[in-house]
Amino acid sequence: MDLFEYQARDLFEAYGVPVLQGIVADTPEEVEAAAAKIGGTVVVKAQVKAGGRGKAGGVKVAHTPADAKAVSVDILNLTIKGHRVNRVMVAQGAAIDKEYYFSVLLDRSNRTFLSLCSVEGGMEIEQLAEERPDALAKIAIDAISGIDLAKALEIAKAGGFDDEIAQKVAPVFVKLYEVFVKEDATLVEVNPLILSKDGDIITLDGKVSFDDNAEFRHQRENLERDQLDPLEAKAKESDLNYVKLDGSVGIIGNGAGLVMSTLDVVAYAGERHGGVKPANFLDIGGGASAEVMAAGLDVILGDPQVKSVFVNVFGGITACDAVANGIVGALDKLGASASKPLVVRLDGNNVVEGRKILAHANHPLVTVVDTMDEAADKAAELANR
Amino acid sequence: MSIFLDKNSKIIVQGMTGSEGMKHTRRMLAGGSNIVGGVNPRKAGETVDVDGTSLPVFGSVADAIAATGANVSVIFVPPAFAKSAVVEAIDAEIGLAVVITEGIPVHDSASFWAYSNSKGNMTRIIGPNCPGIISPGKSNAGITPWTISGAGPIGLVSKSGTLTYQMMFELREIGISTAIGIGGDPIVGTTHIDALAAFEADPETKAIVLIGEIGGDSEEKAAAYIKDNVTKPVVAYVAGFTAPEGKTMGHAGAIVSGSAGTAQAKKEAFEAVGVKVGKTPSETAALMRGVIASL
Repeated sequence: MDLFEYQARDLFEAYGVPVLQGIVADTPEEVEAAAAKIGGTVVVKAQVKAGGRGKAGGVKVAHTPADAKAVSVDILNLTIKGHRVNRVMVAQGAAIDKEYYFSVLLDRSNRTFLSLCSVEGGMEIEQLAEERPDALAKIAIDAISGIDLAKALEIAKAGGFDDEIAQKVAPVFVKLYEVFVKEDATLVEVNPLILSKDGDIITLDGKVSFDDNAEFRHQRENLERDQLDPLEAKAKESDLNYVKLDGSVGIIGNGAGLVMSTLDVVAYAGERHGGVKPANFLDIGGGASAEVMAAGLDVILGDPQVKSVFVNVFGGITACDAVANGIVGALDKLGASASKPLVVRLDGNNVVEGRKILAHANHPLVTVVDTMDEAADKAAELANR
Repeated sequence: MSIFLDKNSKIIVQGMTGSEGMKHTRRMLAGGSNIVGGVNPRKAGETVDVDGTSLPVFGSVADAIAATGANVSVIFVPPAFAKSAVVEAIDAEIGLAVVITEGIPVHDSASFWAYSNSKGNMTRIIGPNCPGIISPGKSNAGITPWTISGAGPIGLVSKSGTLTYQMMFELREIGISTAIGIGGDPIVGTTHIDALAAFEADPETKAIVLIGEIGGDSEEKAAAYIKDNVTKPVVAYVAGFTAPEGKTMGHAGAIVSGSAGTAQAKKEAFEAVGVKVGKTPSETAALMRGVIASL
C-alpha cells in the first residue's frame, strides 16, 4: 500500500523526523481555516498518488487564508493523471535554501535494502539517475545492521554532502530508517529534503509504501485507502485475489503464474477474434472448492464488460474431479445469474473423472475444451460474438 | 543424480503438526519421501502417527538432526513465525531449507537472507512462497503433487507453482530430473541461476526449462548466466505480458514498475542469448520435446 503525502508526513512526525505543519482539508472552507491556524504563507497541495502534481496545477502557494481558499477551489476540481483530487494538505510555507534527496528501499536484485542519496534533490529522481548518475549515491544496506549514525554519515558523504551538513542530515536518515523497519515499508523516500534559510533540515514531501504481507502486525484499519473498483472491493470481501482489467473475457484460474499465463494466452487468441482481451486476473488458489468457485464466478459475472468466461484449472493438490464438482456446485448456487458462456479447461490429477462430471452435468452454458490454448481460443471466439 | 534433493535426502518438517504441515507430510510420505520427523517445541518428545508411519517430534531442528541425521527441512510455519523457523534451520546448518509459507513480510525474508549470508550460506534456502522441490522417483520436499510426472532428463526451474505443475504435466512422457519452484516473492533464497548451475553440473539432466514471470530481474540475470555458463539446451517461458503496470498479479513479487521487470524485456533477454521462448506453456513444452528429440 502506498501512502498519501499527508499520511507520510504524519508518520514521519510520529517518529521524530522533522516536518512542517500540515493539515488535511476536503473543502475550501476547511482550507481557509487550516491556513488561518497555521498562519503566514502556506502551500496547498493536492493529495493524489501521482507524480507531476506541481505541473498539473495541484500545488499552489497562498499568502493569506482567503488566498488559500481561492486556490483550493481550483485544486479540488482537478483530476491529475486519472486521479480525482478530493483532498488537499495545507502545509506551512518553507524558506528553502537547498533541496536534497534521500530514500531507502527494498532492492530485490541484490536481496537486501538500498539507500539512495544526493545533494541534488527536488527534481524527479529517475531524471537525476539518468542525467547525472554520478550525483546519486547508491549504498547497499545490510538488513541486519541497518542504518546507524556511522552508516548514515557514509550515505550522506557518498551523496555529496559536506561535513557540516552531513552531521545535520545523518540523524534524520537514522530516523527515516527506523520508519522503514518498524513500519515494514518497502520504500521511504524524501524529495525534497531541505535545508531551510534558518539552517534546519526538514522533510518537505515523503513517499512511503508498506508491505501488504506485513499488515497482520500493524494497526492500520483507520488509514485512508484508495477507493477500490467496486468489483475489486467485492472480490476483497470474499478474500479473492482479483484485479480488474478492461477486456471482455473473464478469467478464473488457480495459482498466480498460471492465471497470468492464462491472460497472455487469451490475449494471443484474441488477436484472431476481433482483438478481445482478458477482463480480469482472478486467482482462486489451490483449493478451488465450490464455495470459492461460486464467489469467483459471482464477481466475474458482475462485470458488465464480460462476454465469456474462461475457467482454467490445473488439478494438483485439489484434483480435477473436485474442481469439476466445484464448478457444477457454483453454477447451481448462482442459478439464473450465471448467464454467460463458460469455457472450462481441466488438466492434471483425475482429469478423466473431472471431465466426466462436467459432461454428465451437461450444463448448457459450459463448454469443456481439452487444452489451454484451444480453450483460450474458444473463450475469445465466444466473447467476440 | 538430480539436484539438491535425492533418494538419500532425510526430511524433517518444521510445522508438521499444523494442518498444512500434516496434510503435506502425508502426501510427501505417500510419494516416497523419506520423512524422519517433525519440529515443534511445544510437542517435543511426542510421536505422531501418519498413515502408519510413526514420526517423532523434536524440540528444535538441531535436536532433529542429532537424532535422525536429517539434511532437509520443509517449513510450513505461519508467516508470523517463519523468520525464526528459517533462522533456526540456518543455525542448525541443515543442508537444505524449503520454505513453503506464503505471505512472509519481506523485511523478514531480507533479514533471514542477510543472516544466512553472515553464516556463510551453509543452508541452501528454497522459497519462500514456493511449491518446493521434487526429484521424481527419489524424493519430494514440498507440495508438488508427486503423481504428475516421473523421472527423466528435463530439469525445470520456475517462479510459479502451478506453472511448474502444468509444465511437468506437459512433459510427463519425457520426465523430469528435478523440478524446483523458487517462489514468487521479491526476495528468495535460491535463484534461477543457482538452479541453472546445478542442472548444468548434473549428468542426469540433459535439457532445462526455465519459467519466469514479471517483476525483478532474475530472468535477465539468468539469460546473461546462460550465455557464459550453460552448455545444455534451455527453453524458456515468461508469464505476464498482459499485466498492467503497478498492479500486483498474485505473487508479491509479480509487479511491473516503470520499464523494469516487463515480460517483453525478459523474453528479449533470453532470445538475445539464443534461448527459445514459448508463447504459451504448451508451445514451450513443444519446443522442449523438439530439443529432446534432437539430442
